[in-house]
Amino acid sequence: MLLQLGLNGCYRGVVRPSVIARASRTLGKRFNSQAVKTTFEKEHEILVAQRGNRPVSPHLTIYQPQLTWYLSSLHRITGVILGSGFFAVTIAFGISTLFGLGLNTENLKNYYKEKVPAWADWTAKGTAAYFFAFHFGNGIRHLIWDTGKELTIKGVNRTGIVVLALTAIGGTALLFK
Amino acid sequence: MNGLVKQRVAGGILRRGLATASQTPRLKTFKIYRWNPDKPAEKPRLQSFQVDLDDCGPMVLDALLKIKDQQDSSLTLRRSCREGICGSCAMNIGGRNTLACLCKIDQDHKKETKIYPLPHMYIIKDLVPDLTNFYQQYKSIQPYLQRSTFPADGKEVLQSVADRKKLDGLYECILCACCSTACPSYWWNQEQYLGPAVLMQAYRWLVDSRDQAGAIRKNMLQNSMSLYRCHTIMNCTRTCPKGLNPGLAIAEIKKAIATD
Repeated sequence: MLLQLGLNGCYRGVVRPSVIARASRTLGKRFNSQAVKTTFEKEHEILVAQRGNRPVSPHLTIYQPQLTWYLSSLHRITGVILGSGFFAVTIAFGISTLFGLGLNTENLKNYYKEKVPAWADWTAKGTAAYFFAFHFGNGIRHLIWDTGKELTIKGVNRTGIVVLALTAIGGTALLFK
Repeated sequence: MNGLVKQRVAGGILRRGLATASQTPRLKTFKIYRWNPDKPAEKPRLQSFQVDLDDCGPMVLDALLKIKDQQDSSLTLRRSCREGICGSCAMNIGGRNTLACLCKIDQDHKKETKIYPLPHMYIIKDLVPDLTNFYQQYKSIQPYLQRSTFPADGKEVLQSVADRKKLDGLYECILCACCSTACPSYWWNQEQYLGPAVLMQAYRWLVDSRDQAGAIRKNMLQNSMSLYRCHTIMNCTRTCPKGLNPGLAIAEIKKAIATD
């Protein structure tokens, strides 16, 4: 459309009108465009309206699995779970003491021994052991990074694998201690 | 003698003929993210295209342009230099952010390759993301030399060889946004967190011995969002198509601010 208008403007008076008409017809056909008159303001309105419709491109679900961001999410997840466990127990103790609900280590131990089945016991202990081992190891990895060391892809992979190995060993050691 | 020549020619034709006849096109499927702003009600989708690898250049950009040329001219993407210096054709290929012009096509034609635009960006059309915010962030770090005093002779601001060396690995950035859009922190907080590409440029001006605005530059990063949303995930360094290390640059800024 712009091309058509531009041609009409430029060559009027130089070339015969019939030639222009023919040329613009073929051009129009070629680019499959129709002449629509518009203004800058109207174009801007269309642009603003389009912005409202723009989708966000896919991210978490399509990104390649890599040691970098998988270990980072694992660090966050283990931190949240260990933290919530810690806070749940300490806050429960605090509230119990404050309102005299009678929760203490003695009856918690008795409850755990009598009511909690073996599989749940192993799950809880295993989660705590491996999650703690990983979170601790990766925490040290972060401290090394904070000094500016091991901050290459080689370093990231190397330290990542070391942390995973330490998690396997340390977690197992904690679990069967 | 004559017979031998005839035999050779005939043999050659036969061989060539057979070679051509036995060749089946190595059709590889590319699944490409499509969204058309003129039909906003239609959800984004993946469209499959097949390209014969024997009749196509080696890079993903070659395949994309071949598809645009021969199959669907409405396929929209940015490209310019085709040699990894302009940063226009940054996109997510096979799950990884890279430049289409520097990314070789996986020659295993039985595997399909998925091509998405840069992750977690507003899409203008197909593979074209809106980078306005990214460029605004770059502008916000004032990416130019700032000095209060200039040499008395009015000529160059000189720099030692060692000081110039500090800029290597920083100035080469082409701002293709591959690293920023590979960063989960940037995905969740891109309105406030500056992202690896922009922070690496912030560091580039911080370490420049000729720049005198270091204190102001550091002060601008002294808040919980601009810099400290970086959790050293290192997707940035992993994905940089130019082989640079934004993760290290951000760690150096953190160190510089901590030891200030």
